[in-house]
Amino acid sequence: MANQGPAYYSPYPAATYEGVITPPEGKALLLSDVVDEEVAMREIAKVMLTKENATIFPGPQVLYGFNEEAKKKATLIKEMAEVLNAKMIPMYDYRPKYPKIDAEVEINPNHPNLTIWHNNIKAAIFIGVHCHYANVALKIVRSETDCYTIAICGLSGHEDAMATLRDQHSSELEKFIKIAKEVKAELGK
Amino acid sequence: MSTIKDMTKTHNWSGQKLVTADHMLFDAPREKHFMTGSEVLKEAVKRCTVDASVSYPITPQSEAAHLIGELWAEGYVGTYFRGENEFGVMSEVAGCAMAGARTITTTSGPGTLRAMENFPQWSGTRIPCQLVLMARGINSPLTIQPDNLEVTFMLETGCQIWYAENVQELFDMSIAAFVVAEKPDVHVPIVTVCDGFFVSHTRESVMLPADDIALFPYEPYKSPLPPIDSETPPGRFLRDPFVMKSNYISYATHASWQFEVRSAVERSRPYAKHFLNGLVHVTGDADAEIAFVTCGTASNQAKEAQRDLAKQGVKSKVIKLRTIRPFPTEELLAELDGVKHIFIPEFNVVGWLEKEVKEALYKKHDAEIVGGPRVAGGMSLPSEAILKEVFEHINVEGA
Repeated sequence: MANQGPAYYSPYPAATYEGVITPPEGKALLLSDVVDEEVAMREIAKVMLTKENATIFPGPQVLYGFNEEAKKKATLIKEMAEVLNAKMIPMYDYRPKYPKIDAEVEINPNHPNLTIWHNNIKAAIFIGVHCHYANVALKIVRSETDCYTIAICGLSGHEDAMATLRDQHSSELEKFIKIAKEVKAELGK
Repeated sequence: MSTIKDMTKTHNWSGQKLVTADHMLFDAPREKHFMTGSEVLKEAVKRCTVDASVSYPITPQSEAAHLIGELWAEGYVGTYFRGENEFGVMSEVAGCAMAGARTITTTSGPGTLRAMENFPQWSGTRIPCQLVLMARGINSPLTIQPDNLEVTFMLETGCQIWYAENVQELFDMSIAAFVVAEKPDVHVPIVTVCDGFFVSHTRESVMLPADDIALFPYEPYKSPLPPIDSETPPGRFLRDPFVMKSNYISYATHASWQFEVRSAVERSRPYAKHFLNGLVHVTGDADAEIAFVTCGTASNQAKEAQRDLAKQGVKSKVIKLRTIRPFPTEELLAELDGVKHIFIPEFNVVGWLEKEVKEALYKKHDAEIVGGPRVAGGMSLPSEAILKEVFEHINVEGA
């Protein structure tokens, strides 16, 4: 089992109970600080490139090609994984798994800690996960693991992640990949 | 019958020009009308591009539900139907909203309790529907007069709760309510409360924008859960009967889910602040040592008392709470700076607002808190009763 995070076993206190809410438009969130998007992107790239077993968790919104934007995002996420030297473990289904998930290859919002524990993941990006399920999962991860969580969100962001970017569409993902390449070169990774 | 046409990028199905909520609420020119709360709710719904409304329009509730039905007949509301009872209504509202429809209903007192199981289910499924609650107490004995006892039952349902003082506020709030409830990071139901009879049945002056404009439609694909849509892939994996799978999930999931619903209500604060011009409104003397903390029509009566006290040379102020969920603790504390005596007049016998205020101020403010006066079951709350309460508790100079 990984070390316990700041909130221990219970998902309480959730970030909103500590006065932290989603960042305003045009901004990002690093822990409880509202920062410029580019500042957050650099920090996210640095964390992903330096933490153990960094992993991207793509959700249904980028796993299924139901529109052109989803297809474009999916291609960019593959490129992002290569740049960040990250693994990918999909969250393709939100339904609880019976009798149990295969923590090696999948993650589920109802018990995301199992996958993080099993793979000893110390940094993770949630992307393409519907906001409610991302929030449910992030609260559990925050309370039960020491994984640094990052939410790259197409809507308003997620305050229970340790870093969150909001309004992220394919153009913003291209910008993030460019910054990640710069950070990677700086770190000599 | 409905005259519904196709929606375009600029106009809705009834031919109204689509506008933002900011334009509708702050910029559009307004004209004076003279209307009841029920009538004004019809006018609000008319301007909201509402997809669906379900009702159980019993007597002696308000006329609001049947007036929304008239809007369907006039082609302003997408669909409208009657449930078999309030439980059915609230369940059907959930179905409409899960399918991606902007949905509204209205009820009061006993009907609210009959439908009770649905409200936490609404918030748990993150639907952004609106319930207009025209409070009139709980049976028995029957009351059709103002009494807001049912609000205490709604407090922990995970819904947002806003409280309108008068007909004007009911109009503006019920439009803003849709917009805030539909924000992707909020996306929980909203209960817009007003006091029955005093607001629902009483005609007042109200300023309304023209009825040829309406809100942009709800965009369900920005929902934190995908709407029911069997043809769009992520939708297939949602709306699984989560509750029925409780044996297969961790307890942490359920706990996290509940905190997430309450977190969503917290995230509504900045949006509510914007559309309501603040979560509290203050009338009277800024440096007063006497404050009335109120919501709904008790605010009106407290303002009357504040004016009477001013005539006697006694400074006081009324702090009207516009939202109950989220509870505006920070704003209330700021307005209570320097206050030594707090009075909480209410239209119910249990004093739910007093309990809310005491919980919020515990160890944060040392003013004496007096829960009263309280009236119920349709009694009026004359300013004299409020003054009597003040004079019984404190010796005010100049009184």
